[in-house]
Amino acid sequence: MISLAGRDILHGWGRFLLTGVGLGLLIGVTLSMAGIYRGMVDDANALIDNSGADLWVVQQGTLGPYAEPSTLYDDSYRSILGMAGVVRAANVTYLTMQVRHGSSDVRAMVVGVVPGGAGEPGHPTFLVAGRHLSGSHYEAVADVKAGFTLGDTITIRRHRFTIVGLTRRMVSSGGDPMIFIPLKEAQEAQFLKDNDMLLQQRRRTAQNPSLNRPNVPGLLDAIIASQTVNHNVNAVLVQLKPGYAPDAVAAEIQRWQRLQVYTRQEMRTILVDKLIATSAKQIGMFLVILAIVSAAIIAFIIYTMTMAKIREIAVLKLIGTRNRVIASMILQQAIGLGAIGFVVGKIVATLWSPFFPRYVLLEPGDAIRGFIIVMVISLLASTLAIAAALKIDPAEAIGG
Amino acid sequence: MNIKTFVKTINKKVLGLLAVLIPLLLLFFYVALRSGPLAPVPVTVATVERKAISPSLSGIGTVEARYTYRIGSVAAGRVKRITVDVGDMVKAGDVVGEIDLVDLEEHLAAQRSAIKRSEAAVLSAEAQLRDAKAKQVFSASQEKRYALLLQARSASAEVVEAKHQEAEMASASAAAAHAGRNAAQQSLIAAQAEYRGMMKQRDNLRLIAPVDGLVASRDAEAGTTVLAGQAIIELIDPASLWVAVRFDQLQSAGLRAGLAAHVTLRSQAGRAVAGSVLRIEPLADRITEETLAKVLFTLLPAPLPPVGELCEVTVQLPPLPAALVVPNASIHRVDGRLGVWVVDGSGVRFVPVRAGATDRAGNIQILDGLQAGERVVMHSKSLLHARSRITLVNPNKSLL
Repeated sequence: MISLAGRDILHGWGRFLLTGVGLGLLIGVTLSMAGIYRGMVDDANALIDNSGADLWVVQQGTLGPYAEPSTLYDDSYRSILGMAGVVRAANVTYLTMQVRHGSSDVRAMVVGVVPGGAGEPGHPTFLVAGRHLSGSHYEAVADVKAGFTLGDTITIRRHRFTIVGLTRRMVSSGGDPMIFIPLKEAQEAQFLKDNDMLLQQRRRTAQNPSLNRPNVPGLLDAIIASQTVNHNVNAVLVQLKPGYAPDAVAAEIQRWQRLQVYTRQEMRTILVDKLIATSAKQIGMFLVILAIVSAAIIAFIIYTMTMAKIREIAVLKLIGTRNRVIASMILQQAIGLGAIGFVVGKIVATLWSPFFPRYVLLEPGDAIRGFIIVMVISLLASTLAIAAALKIDPAEAIGG
Repeated sequence: MNIKTFVKTINKKVLGLLAVLIPLLLLFFYVALRSGPLAPVPVTVATVERKAISPSLSGIGTVEARYTYRIGSVAAGRVKRITVDVGDMVKAGDVVGEIDLVDLEEHLAAQRSAIKRSEAAVLSAEAQLRDAKAKQVFSASQEKRYALLLQARSASAEVVEAKHQEAEMASASAAAAHAGRNAAQQSLIAAQAEYRGMMKQRDNLRLIAPVDGLVASRDAEAGTTVLAGQAIIELIDPASLWVAVRFDQLQSAGLRAGLAAHVTLRSQAGRAVAGSVLRIEPLADRITEETLAKVLFTLLPAPLPPVGELCEVTVQLPPLPAALVVPNASIHRVDGRLGVWVVDGSGVRFVPVRAGATDRAGNIQILDGLQAGERVVMHSKSLLHARSRITLVNPNKSLL
């Protein structure tokens, strides 16, 4: 049996393919948009998973350390370590800042981790090159998205660090690459002021008569010294012994240490539902609009394709072709067009996704859902065209 | 158009269509399998080998002078002059400044007068003593004479008794005059001692360098009023410069006196100066959780670094006996257990290990869990899990 649809496609196969490719590019954009949304959520989840923590202990009454600033004393971890169920607790600081490298700078989240190496809370979970921090000073492990290479020297505030390792997918919830440095220097980077400010602070203190008392010679020096030390961190990452419920340990710490504690689930809620909620909704809204526009365009293309063949369909009707054959021809063409569009879309979305500045996560589930939606839209669009085709008067073949 | 040409045309069109569609489909399947969660993870592997590593410790320190001499006044007063400036070298015994006690000369004059008055008092007491002694001798001889007259019955007993009483009185006033002279002599001695004390104080108003040294600071200028004990000039012994180093307690195991150290001054990055650990301080810093140590320069750097300059100190520990070693990039923590991913065909298997010492190059000893020659994943392009499929990448090539 001769396939009417195949014949028709072959008749104008160049145009058919080009239409399919054009449609594919549109579907590619839609899939990418879904990928961008998934990527945002995944960034937030990656932040949680990469920290290696079961609990986050932060300043009381804050949503820290990612969604809000939080400050607590760096010896709090000792008393947390003493709580039942806690196996590891490590100080950590997070600071999003511009990191200088040569003459350029990169926006990055600087993470201060307790030296101790792989497997400790806060350290990167895997590397793509180099090694973990092995010294306690002036070494850094950076996410590849920061654009550094092994051996590069970067400047963070007053210190220079050598890149000893590279990692991937270690990003802040805003998508900024993370740079891991030893805690002491990170504390300085976050809490120690620049030199000009220190000088002004000293001058101010010296001008205050109650602090600079002539009959107490060492007082001013002592006050100035106490102004420039800072023993604060942003959070304590806690890992639990097997068999302990995170909620129960969190409640104990909250009750006895008077600090705020978040479990993994709560942190996910904070990051996904609070921190990126608006931007995710924005992307989601755009995705919905894009999907509707794509559907409309597919429908219009198939409809106009059918309308362009009015004369041929009229001839078919004139020679007594059954409506079923005509309908199936249009349906097959629509589905073929949808399939080509989807294939092209999936390919281009995958090929261009690495070039996005932020992570684009193309989930196979999304691809399957996308395929089903494209097919359904093709079917619905073809019904419109079929209805129009069946209404064509055979006489048009002659009349024109 | 005959049938043959028609079939030929159709075939050409079918071939053309297939030539586009088949590569498109192949590309689609390649893209679907090579990206996303279905794709194998590119990894580089390392072989577990037995070798000796030499751990090293890194610390942060500041250049300090071992001996600092703070020269100041012993009494409150006003600075009269300062004869040295910062940077001058002084010899032991050199006068570096002088303090003016303001009213010391007047006190000295008063004291001189007091001494003269005491001397006069002594003279007068001695004259009184002579007078009393003369009276005593005369009344004693009178008493004797009348005693003889009584025996010759030429004098009445009443007169004799009166003479006896006179003699007693003269003797008593001689004793009193004697005591008065002693008292006058003692008060002269006291006045003289006080004068000598004031003279000594005047000598101490000169600030004298106790040792050969370098003037490090000049904290008061002529005319400044200073308190007793307040430092005015600070001397350091430049030959006694050492480095006060702080080692994170997490990374201070094996630190002991006598180990070789490399000191990199902040002003001379990239150039290490040789030194050795002099001692580990018996008191550690409780707040910063650091062990304190002193490191001596083998040869003092020239020019001398300023006291207080920041430096990075690396202490090389003696090599450990050979043991199984893997790169620290291969260590992961999975479900609370430290371990490595061992290559198992095209998949991986997690093997828990017990880790030992590490060195700066990023090697870590494996005490338990692995055999020599086993291949473990070093770098991976994404986080591995038990079901991951891997493709090996040449370790010399980057995963990026």
